[in-house]
Amino acid sequence: MNLSGLLSQFLAIMAALLLAPLLTGWVNQWRAWLQNRSGPGLLQPYRMLRKLFIKESVVAESASPLFRMAPYVAFGCMLLSCAIIPTLSTDLPLSPAADAIALVGLFAMARVFMALAAMDIGTAFGSLGARREMLIGFLAEPALLSVLFTASLISQSTALTEIVENLAHRDFVLYPSLAFAGIAFCLVSFAENARVPVDNPTTHLELTMIHEALILEYSGRHLALIEWAISLKLFAYSCIGLALFFPWGIAEAQAPVALILAIPAMLFKLAIGGFLLALIETLCAKMRIFRVPEFLATAFLMAVIGMLTHFLLGS
Amino acid sequence: MHLPGLKLDLKGLPAPIPLSRGMVDAADWSAAALAVAECGGRLVALWGSDRRQGETGNFVISAAYAMQDGMIWLDLPLTGAQSGYPDISGIFSFAGRMQRATADLLGIHAENAADTRPWLNHGAWPVEHFPLRREVNGAACFDGRSLKDYPFVRVEGDGVHEIAVGPVHAGIIEPGHFRFSVVGEKVLRLEERLGYKHKGIEKRFEQLPASEGHRLAGRVSGDSTVAYAWAYCMALESAWNLQIPARASWLRALMLERERVANHLGDLGALGNDAAFSFGLAQFMCLKEDWLRLNKELFGHRFMMDKIIPGGVDVPLDAPLDAPGLARLVAQCELVEREVHQLRSIYDNHAGLQDRFITTGRVVPELAKQLGLTGFAARASGISHDLRVDFPISPYRELGVKAAFHRSGDVAARAKVRFEEILESLRLIRRMASGLPDGEQRVNPDKEMPAGFGAGRIEGWRGEIFVALEIGASDQGEQGNRILRCHCHDPSWQNWPVLEYAVIGNIVPDFPLINKSFNLSYSGPDL
Repeated sequence: MNLSGLLSQFLAIMAALLLAPLLTGWVNQWRAWLQNRSGPGLLQPYRMLRKLFIKESVVAESASPLFRMAPYVAFGCMLLSCAIIPTLSTDLPLSPAADAIALVGLFAMARVFMALAAMDIGTAFGSLGARREMLIGFLAEPALLSVLFTASLISQSTALTEIVENLAHRDFVLYPSLAFAGIAFCLVSFAENARVPVDNPTTHLELTMIHEALILEYSGRHLALIEWAISLKLFAYSCIGLALFFPWGIAEAQAPVALILAIPAMLFKLAIGGFLLALIETLCAKMRIFRVPEFLATAFLMAVIGMLTHFLLGS
Repeated sequence: MHLPGLKLDLKGLPAPIPLSRGMVDAADWSAAALAVAECGGRLVALWGSDRRQGETGNFVISAAYAMQDGMIWLDLPLTGAQSGYPDISGIFSFAGRMQRATADLLGIHAENAADTRPWLNHGAWPVEHFPLRREVNGAACFDGRSLKDYPFVRVEGDGVHEIAVGPVHAGIIEPGHFRFSVVGEKVLRLEERLGYKHKGIEKRFEQLPASEGHRLAGRVSGDSTVAYAWAYCMALESAWNLQIPARASWLRALMLERERVANHLGDLGALGNDAAFSFGLAQFMCLKEDWLRLNKELFGHRFMMDKIIPGGVDVPLDAPLDAPGLARLVAQCELVEREVHQLRSIYDNHAGLQDRFITTGRVVPELAKQLGLTGFAARASGISHDLRVDFPISPYRELGVKAAFHRSGDVAARAKVRFEEILESLRLIRRMASGLPDGEQRVNPDKEMPAGFGAGRIEGWRGEIFVALEIGASDQGEQGNRILRCHCHDPSWQNWPVLEYAVIGNIVPDFPLINKSFNLSYSGPDL
């Protein structure tokens, strides 16, 4: 570990914390524009966070410590995932702490805690949401793992930094297996981030909610942390996608100039990704909840085909 | 008009839509209901009145039946100490809730009814207190501590659990409680609990002069203010045998159609939004907003509230409702028509949206008939009732109305009916604006008019709205004639119970979509 490693690690975490709400705002702004609305402005998520941090946090009488703890666990998980994903540089001192498999585990841990907290209060909607969230989770996680395995097979390592280093800084090679994995990853991202067509993050209809139902009982700083964690998750997923499939521009170790250039490259890639997300969300309607397993089965199948392709082509 | 097998003394009332009124005794009460059902008629409304005056008079239970050739209004006086009347919920299932509401408000019961739980009384007033009785002036306050648990019907079984929704919802909508019994995501049973919007409107009517009741009627359910005001005025004009000028009835119909278009536009947008297709909401809301703004400019109110008054309409005789104003109306219709055609093809060709709409919340024609579904929802389930077609009054008589008609009875069919009704209403509005007769647009009723009964029926956007009116003699003073009893009937009375059936077998997340496709009123059946 050296100074530049610490610096790039620090930059990665700060970029995630500060830019994640902006990405959410960017997606929402484009959603509004694509619907011919003027939209709330790019900075709305920051205003939302400030408001929620100032507001009093009301907790149900029946809540156990688990309920209070869950937002911190979820936020911590998302922050750690952002810290090990090579967003700006592959020189991340924290990355040996968790590899691609542990990353999926981090997401799963956040999900389990949120589901437990939702059931902790004992309202019908909490249990309803927890049930649906776990249904999506247990289908999405294997698909995500398979996507990451496909990438690992290419670089013979499950450490994200090594995968990215391998993909970004070797001679340019087309990997057909990654094309399948890319499609699978997109499908999984919609499900995992509770976006249309799987879930609707802006709905007010309790009965249709999946992820929103889990957090109905939260308020104040707890809700702020959860909202921030949701933004971080979207950011993390976008960065995984960019790192695996469009890794160009991410700096290597001991390359301070590249590190500075990596910031505009990342912003540019995220902006395009956010626009595409908003576009797909505008064009789609939410599917019936029982179509979600088919949707995620497709994702899993695609990821497995990606792995098979890798072996078939013997790359 | 007569009922087969019954000797009833029916007296015709002077109304634009044929209407006869008569008395029955307890023995004939259910026989009449049976006869109506047998000859294809249906129950429209059931309500109670307190006609006691000192030692004389009694409670009366009334029913209004829609027949092929008009309407029959039957009164059953409850003589002596009798406080019950025969139950007809076995013949018309949706009568049950109206009977329970009457029991809460007046203390007269349907004898041997299967369901005798309170309906409107949520404990806000004591069980021995009956707000619609003569001796109650509405000023009493209760602490509301008598609020009791409402015994919902329980579904037992392995894995069955309940989801309680409302009355406070996460969105800004009217309050209502829904109790789902579900297995996993599948709905086994839905039970509604309404009555959170009780405002004492029917009591308030009794304190108003008849010439002012239209304003209160227009506030029964805000989205149908034109239809209610017209139905009330029709009732009043029929009681007083008042002929309104041709221009007035054309303008009334014009406003009614504009109200229909505004509501259908809003609901179609909301239907898209409930399936997370927010693009639809934004586009339809944009159209609706422009529509309401033109209402404000031309008629003086976004929802055209208080624009229909006894004897005519209260809208400007010249500008802004002059020739250029009417031309703007026509131009707007053409613009909206183009947009609606485009949005319709987007909705029709959107695979994701159609997947959510088709087969969701299906009410097959047989079930619709059995449960007495009414309004545009009925026209999506193979029942072609539309007052504008069945009993066309001016200007519908001159213009002719083509009612929408579908049979599949799912959310998709209700959306189709709404699209078709928008287009038909746009055609009507254009014809009305171009052919609007000149001349007076209101007649003033005299200060002192006769006492009597009147009824009004209007095809509002949601369905048939019915107002039964009983007017007292003039008190020779400032106030003129008083209202003795005014009952406003909302089609939601019929359609709420159907919703409970429509949702059976569907999955929980589809309920908001099904509910929105009906978009029933919480306020209308809770006066």
